[in-house]
Amino acid sequence: MLIGLFNNWVVIVLMMSGLYIVIAQGNLIKKLVGLTIFQTSVFIFYISMAKVSGGSAPILDQEISVYSNPLPHVLILTAIVVGIATTALGLSLVVRIKESYGTIEEEEIQQQDNLQNQKENKVEVKE
Amino acid sequence: MINIVLLSLLVVVAIGIIRMKDLFAVVMLTGIYGLLSASFFVAMDAVDVAFTEAAVGAGISTLLMLVVITMTGRKEKATRHKPFAALFVVVITGGLLVYGTLDMPLFGSADAPIHNHVAPRYLNDSMQEIGIPNVVTSVLASYRAFDTFGEVVVIFTAGIGVLAMLFAHRRREEDEKLAAINDSMHEKHLVIRIVTKMLIPFILLFALYVQFHGDYGPGGGFQAGVIFSSAIVLYAMLFGLSAARRVVNQGFIQLMAAFGVLCYGCVGIASLLNGGNFFDYNVLSNDPVAGQHLGILLIEWGVGVTVASIMIIIFFSFAGRREIQQYVEQNKNKESV
Amino acid sequence: MIAHLPILQVVIPLMAAPICLILNRSKLAWLFALIVSGVSCLVSILLLQQVMTTGVISYELGGWQAPWGIEYRIDELNALMLLIISAISTIVLFAAPKSIDKEIVKGKHTYFYVLYLLSLTGMLGIVATGDAFNVFVFLEITSLSAYALIAMGKKKQAVWASFQYLVMGTIGATFILIGIGLMYQMTGTLNMQDLSQRLPEVAQTRTVFTAFAFVIVGVCLKLAMFPLHLWLPNAYAYAPSIVTSFFSATSTKVAIYLLIRFTFSVFGLSFSFTTVPLQTLFMTLGLVGIFVASISAIYQHNIKHLFAYSSIAQIGYMIVGFSISSVAGLTATLLHLFNHALMKSAIFLALAAVAYRVGNVRLDSLRGLGRQMPLTMAAIVIGGLSLIGVPLTVGFVSKWYLLSALIEQGWWPVAVLILLGSMLAVIYVWKVVEVAYFKEPVGTPVKEAPIGFLIPIWILVLANVYFGIDTRFSVQVAQAAAESLFGGAL
Repeated sequence: MLIGLFNNWVVIVLMMSGLYIVIAQGNLIKKLVGLTIFQTSVFIFYISMAKVSGGSAPILDQEISVYSNPLPHVLILTAIVVGIATTALGLSLVVRIKESYGTIEEEEIQQQDNLQNQKENKVEVKE
Repeated sequence: MINIVLLSLLVVVAIGIIRMKDLFAVVMLTGIYGLLSASFFVAMDAVDVAFTEAAVGAGISTLLMLVVITMTGRKEKATRHKPFAALFVVVITGGLLVYGTLDMPLFGSADAPIHNHVAPRYLNDSMQEIGIPNVVTSVLASYRAFDTFGEVVVIFTAGIGVLAMLFAHRRREEDEKLAAINDSMHEKHLVIRIVTKMLIPFILLFALYVQFHGDYGPGGGFQAGVIFSSAIVLYAMLFGLSAARRVVNQGFIQLMAAFGVLCYGCVGIASLLNGGNFFDYNVLSNDPVAGQHLGILLIEWGVGVTVASIMIIIFFSFAGRREIQQYVEQNKNKESV
Repeated sequence: MIAHLPILQVVIPLMAAPICLILNRSKLAWLFALIVSGVSCLVSILLLQQVMTTGVISYELGGWQAPWGIEYRIDELNALMLLIISAISTIVLFAAPKSIDKEIVKGKHTYFYVLYLLSLTGMLGIVATGDAFNVFVFLEITSLSAYALIAMGKKKQAVWASFQYLVMGTIGATFILIGIGLMYQMTGTLNMQDLSQRLPEVAQTRTVFTAFAFVIVGVCLKLAMFPLHLWLPNAYAYAPSIVTSFFSATSTKVAIYLLIRFTFSVFGLSFSFTTVPLQTLFMTLGLVGIFVASISAIYQHNIKHLFAYSSIAQIGYMIVGFSISSVAGLTATLLHLFNHALMKSAIFLALAAVAYRVGNVRLDSLRGLGRQMPLTMAAIVIGGLSLIGVPLTVGFVSKWYLLSALIEQGWWPVAVLILLGSMLAVIYVWKVVEVAYFKEPVGTPVKEAPIGFLIPIWILVLANVYFGIDTRFSVQVAQAAAESLFGGAL
């Protein structure tokens, strides 16, 4: 029982460390790294459920009778591509944020936005 | 045993990433994380996935992050806002997941539902129905071809999105000045340049091998596309972006990206016109298995072409943006002097 | 070709996107996107007709039988959603060229239309498919194009809003992926109908409960349901006006569709509402959402922000209707989904016209516009009346159905709270009306919006009134969809 579930528990720890980075860290690149870790760990979860003890890679051969399950592999191939697509787009946003805000720290960006909003609202009240 | 070692290493790397403040180190660790998970996938018999994860996790995404760090700075501020809120969310989510694992089929057991429903058909009948030994390729290119089509569209979307974010029109004179900056920068690495020049043909050849060998072993359009683009990226890194742009210009590469998606879709349209359902390759030829082969060949081409062009587009967009930033900064420095 | 309508619905805009990229001329790309969107609207009308007469349509992609291959499955609910998405997309695109010229840098117009088509494709794909993993793939197509489209906004806050949306959206999608993985692990299948048959056997396991929780939380993140709504206001407010009009009417609706599909069809009514205490939870969150969002709307200085918060409040009404878990309640939700798409696209399109003439949409800039842009402002007023739920508008119809569904169950207190929530809508709509009609104009006078804006705006406004009076079509379809969901037929 313990050995059978151990894999999953470690994978959960990995997923959660990714999620923790995303929420707790203010640096935008670090957030994207967190997302990558989170997603990659979900991939590990999928792939480990596909494993059959004593099986081999699902490439058909006359001498082999037990194969691991190919379907999760296919799903994760797609998911990996989705992951890199998200990362690339996120990074391009980070570049743009750096250009217009001069920083990639969440708190500093938020501060600048708040100041800007206050300014706009003040103008409105004066008018 | 090996998987326990790999998983423990992954945990160590994850903790390292949480604690590190130097973004360069964080990005390198992320690359290592990708590589370790790729090794884990090999231990789990998922060779195709491992190949892709190695190319993407340890390759492309690390490279892109490094390029971005050169633009945004590599030091992270020490602020760590809301660690308790984060810890709270993580503990709840993780707790729920652990709770969920309690009724799961045990690791590796052959009588789990997933091994007894749907999947057996792929393993037992795909040889007759599709006729290629790599079951993963059969499933992704035929049984679930539409998912893979979606995947190509996802990567296409990301490429266009990155272009929409970072693309900047340049005038020719600017282009020449930018090229000048680059040349001066790259002249130093003479040895690397020569070695690279010798390597590039082999990389391209390897990409073609992976493209066409996907039916028999791990590989296929996506991996081939990534490898192909890596040759171009390598060239751009060592000989300057402008030189690489002369080899593959923006208009051409956009055309190729669109062409790949269309190529994939047209296989579906062709099966419609031949009286089958969308992506029914059986109707593409008189012999169903030959039809399957033809369909898979064509769509893998579509995948390869789109992935290669989009990867190149993405890298060029980032690198191009970086050049412009450098150019602007140089001008600023000149003015201040 | 009739037999292939389900796939054509998705593939036509999908293939159009790369072609649009090749065209590479702003006006040409627009015209092409408009035609394509019009064609897919036509396809959705045909599909709806077919479904209403012959029942559920199933389409096997690649000719592979259902649990092995991917299946497209269209019932009344799917057909209604497809129609809403493609119709709104077409009408909004009508108004696009002028607004885009003004709000987006010249060299990027083609990318805009390509991304627009891709997000249309993604939404249609999510709705049409009967495969749980395929949902995830198309969800990501929509999301990625949405992040890029939102970030194309003129102000610098747009990129930041888009990044926040990207982080939340990706967490949501990954949650859905975990949920699908857990379901798959317990049943061995990804096909929704197959899942609905195999899940009851394992319904009592802790794994399925966890799967349910992850799918629902993931969908609710995409849905911007209170308290997971924080990404939405800025994303809507700083996106290009055309994008706001399109998304406000469609993207959260698609997430509502997913919520309904997963709870009612995949997990099944008895699991979702008896094994899991979903009813109390969603009822409470829906009500709190209505109040918190409506009150926030009152305090906004930017009208796009104001109506974005109003959207979150309106989602609250749909959630309340959903949580009743009766045919009448679900009918009310579906009606409101349809009606809200009409209201919000009309309002945001009118705001696009304001942004085109005035340059911004701060509350203050609206002064005196009631006289300067009478037709545009009248559209906003009628849309606002519809939001409040005044008779003769669509808003009235869906509130009416919602209230009667609540009273049918004897939930008087909730009905009273719904009415109180509508009073809050009166306040924020009045704020806009007051500035536009009762304050003196400042600055240079502006002209009425160009005809290219007025036609699509007024098509939507008239639809608001028409479907508010002649409710046969909308009620019939919504009821048929709700009944088939309760009939257990997927």
